[in-house]
This record gives sequence, structure tokens and C-alpha cells, in this order.
Amino acid sequence: MIEIDLKRLLKKQVVGERIFLSLSFLALIVVLSSLIVLIIDVIADGHSRLSLQFLTGFPSRKPEEAGILVPLVGSIYMIILTGLFALPLGIGAAIYLEAYAPKNWFSSLVELNIANLAAVPSIIYGLLGLELFVRMMGLGRSLIAGALTMALLLQPVIIIVSREAIRSIPISIWEASFALGATRWQTIRHQILPLAMPGIMTGAILSFSRAIGETAPLITMGALTYIAFLPDGIFSPFTVLPIQIFNWVSRPQKGFMVNAAAGIIILLIILILLNSLAVWLRNKFQRRLNW
Amino acid sequence: MVDKIAFEIKDLNTWFGETQVLKKITLTIPRNHITSIIGPSGCGKSTFIRSINRINDTIPGFRLSGSVVFEGMDIYDKRVDPIEIRFKIGMVFQKPNPFPKSIYDNVAYGPRIRGIRDRVLLDKIVEESIQKAALWIEVKDKLAKNALSLSGGQQQRLCIARALAVNPEVLLLDEPCSALDPISTGKIEELLLDLKQQYTIIVVTHNMQQAARISDFTGYFLLGELIEFGDTARIFTIPKDKRTEDYITGRYG
Repeated sequence: MIEIDLKRLLKKQVVGERIFLSLSFLALIVVLSSLIVLIIDVIADGHSRLSLQFLTGFPSRKPEEAGILVPLVGSIYMIILTGLFALPLGIGAAIYLEAYAPKNWFSSLVELNIANLAAVPSIIYGLLGLELFVRMMGLGRSLIAGALTMALLLQPVIIIVSREAIRSIPISIWEASFALGATRWQTIRHQILPLAMPGIMTGAILSFSRAIGETAPLITMGALTYIAFLPDGIFSPFTVLPIQIFNWVSRPQKGFMVNAAAGIIILLIILILLNSLAVWLRNKFQRRLNW
Repeated sequence: MVDKIAFEIKDLNTWFGETQVLKKITLTIPRNHITSIIGPSGCGKSTFIRSINRINDTIPGFRLSGSVVFEGMDIYDKRVDPIEIRFKIGMVFQKPNPFPKSIYDNVAYGPRIRGIRDRVLLDKIVEESIQKAALWIEVKDKLAKNALSLSGGQQQRLCIARALAVNPEVLLLDEPCSALDPISTGKIEELLLDLKQQYTIIVVTHNMQQAARISDFTGYFLLGELIEFGDTARIFTIPKDKRTEDYITGRYG
């Protein structure tokens, strides 16, 4: 009697298992196929324009002569500058919150606000950047103003991932270091940060790849202008890949559509490279944390 | 019975938040002997030993009253820097906690944070410390290997070597063998008996046989109170307190 019930139960479970498996597989297919459709569509449209001339060409009124060099260099400068501002600030804030801040209402308030800031639409950061960096600090529509705006935008995310990475280091490592007479800073500097760094970098790179694709804050800042030369310093005006793509898409000529598609391919390649770097770091990290 | 005193602890009370963990602990710990602290789980043994090098200070909500006088200096005096205390009082934890770095870097970490950069001197300190911890023969050819590749017993001896590398006066051990097999335990016990010539050793243990085997003095803690303290041989043969007797004869609870 009991055995029969058990068999029926098992059968029911197997059916449930199959349904769940198919549903989750379906979800994966939907996500993947839309991505594949996007990629195929873009490659079909843009592959004919992919050439060295396109990569090294300057903007032009003729689509077949226009190149992507200026926004490509702009994007690379932008991400490096953003990293220079965002990483030390974000990691520093995370260290303060994790290792020094007293646990009181003030730190809870800060914590809540950081979580909120992470969800603020990026266009709001663009407005802030426009007012604070472009106008008040008089930096103009320069690379540095753009990078500072992007750094602000990434700040909450970097703080959150850095805190997670620091928190994942077991308390026993802190105590081992303290017991040897190390100060808090020595412990962080020599034990905690080296262990947390891969985790921090994984999160940071993922947030950078988001920043590379961000357009709204830079457009709000006023970076949507025709730039025909490479930036010659951090105070130089600039443009970036997504803005160039946006610009080309809004042109009536068919040739610029092809250029936009080719630009998207370049942007996707950069994103894939960055994300692979993040995955590689994460795998390395997991292996090392095996204690 | 006691010629030289390492610690004089008086009316030590500790709290975590609102919970009082230790209640009016008063005892004297002699120098160059092994003192063991025994008692059931949750009796405050670990809190007690962790109060001696002020590592409890790092836990939010920890408070303390009373005094812990080490070689004539109250370590909880406002003018005393806890870092200085931990220079002199080393600690080994229950679960071996080597840094996920090389064996060499584990032992060299303490000297390095004290500013020793000279490679020859560091080499010498590392070798001597690992030798003192009776681990040298096993690791001398793989100092550059990650410490986590060692067995649990080796890791614990490495942690002892790491603590010895900064030349402390006292070694605190918080249940150092509870995660180890009997052979590793035996090695660590032998090691502690050797080390007591040079160091004052305080060891918290769950294992009464261990306390009886290695320690000169024993304190029995129960529910945050020190029930009895004295010569190990006497505590284990003619305990004065009924509760101590119940515990050591296995009739506790």
C-alpha cells in the first residue's frame, strides 16, 4: 500500500520536475534567441562596413568615408578616466563602510541611500553632471566632465560590489591579522584587499561595460556634438560610441544605417571582451577562495 | 607555588550588548607555565582568553570592567594601545586560520608589519619560528607553497609558528586541537610542553585529558564564573567545589 503511494508520489514529482525544466529552458531560449536575432541582424546590416578604414576613419558627410576612430578613442579614454575616478572612491567608501563605520542610524541611512542611488535613472546623473561639472566647475563639455559624471553614476554599484567582496572574507582572517598586532589599515592593505580585489574588479568591470553603453547622461551633458578630431587632453570635447551610433541612426541616408550597425558590432565586441575579463577574474577568484 | 606572575586578573566582567558573559573573574596566572581553562560550551572560556589580548575589542557591542594586569601594566588602561598588547601576547585560534598565502609569507607577516624588511633576517626568523613549532622538517622544501595546501594539523602548527615569529611573551590558544586528529593533537601538546620554557601559555580546551596532561594550573569556568582555580594535579584529584568534581568526573548536566 505504502509502496504504491510512494510510486505515485515519485511519478508526480518527475512530472513536476520536467515542467519546471521545460519552463526554465524556455526562458533561456527566449532570452538567447532575442540576443541572437539582434546580433545576426546587426551583423547582416553592418558587416560590409567593417574594415580598417572604418576603424581608423574620421567623421564625414559621406557615409562610405565616415569612420569610427573618434568615438572609439573617446569611449576608451572615457572608460579609463572613469575608472581612475570611480575605483578609488568606490573602494575607499566600501572600506570605510565595512571596516570603520560604527553601526548606527547614520551608517544605515548611508547604506539605504547608496542602494537608492543605484536605482536612480542615469539621465538624472547627466543633469547633475551638467550642473555640477560642466557649469559650476566650469569644465565644459569635456572628457573629464563626462568621466566624472560616469564615475558618479557607477559609484553606488562599485560600493555595493566592493562591500560584498570585502564581506566575503572570513572574520578569521581579520582576527589572525589583528592577533599579530596588525592595525586595521595593515590588515585591510595586506590581507583583506588582496583577497577581495578579484571580486571587486569583477563587479567593477561589469559596471564599466554598462558605462560604455550609457548614452543618456552624456547626451544630457551636451556631448551630442559633431566632433571631427581626436581628444588631445582631458579638457578636450569628445564623443563616444553609443552617441555616434545614435547620431548615425538619426540620419536619413541609408549608408549611415549601415555605419550604425557596424558601430554596434564594434561596441558589442568591446562589451564581450570586458565581460569575458570579468568572468575570467571571477573563476580565478573562486578557485583561490577555497579554504 | 607560584614564583613569577604573568597576569593578575581582578573582577573581570564582560558583556556583549546586554548579555553578561563573564562575571567577576579573579585569578592569577603564573609565568612560564601552562594554564588551562576548562568548562562546558558557552561558559565564557573563549571570551576570557580573548579578553587577554584585547581581540574582543574588535567585536561591536563588547564591554568590559575590572582589570587585567600584565607584568604590572593594566592592559585596559586608556593609555595602552591594544596593538602593543597583541605584540606581546600572541594568539592561536580554534580553527586553523592561515592566510591564503605562501607558508613563508604567513610566518613573515608579523615581522613585516613591524617593519622588518631585511630578507636575511626574515629568512632567519621564519626558519626559527617554524622550527620552534616543530614543522620545519615537513615544510622546509615548500616554503613558497600556499599554506592552505597543508593538512589541518600542519596548518595549526603554522599558526603557532606565525604567532611565535613576533617573539611574544605569552601564547594564548583557544581550543587549538578541537579541529585536529589525535596524532596532530599529540604533536601540538608536545610542542606546548617544550614552549613553556620560554613562554607563558594559556590554553582553552574542551578536552579534560588534555588539560590534565599538559597544564600546570587549571581553571574551571561555568556559566561565566570561575568556579575553581589551582594546581592541575589537585583540581583533578581533590577538587574543592562539588561542581568541578561533577564536571571532571563526567557527571555534568
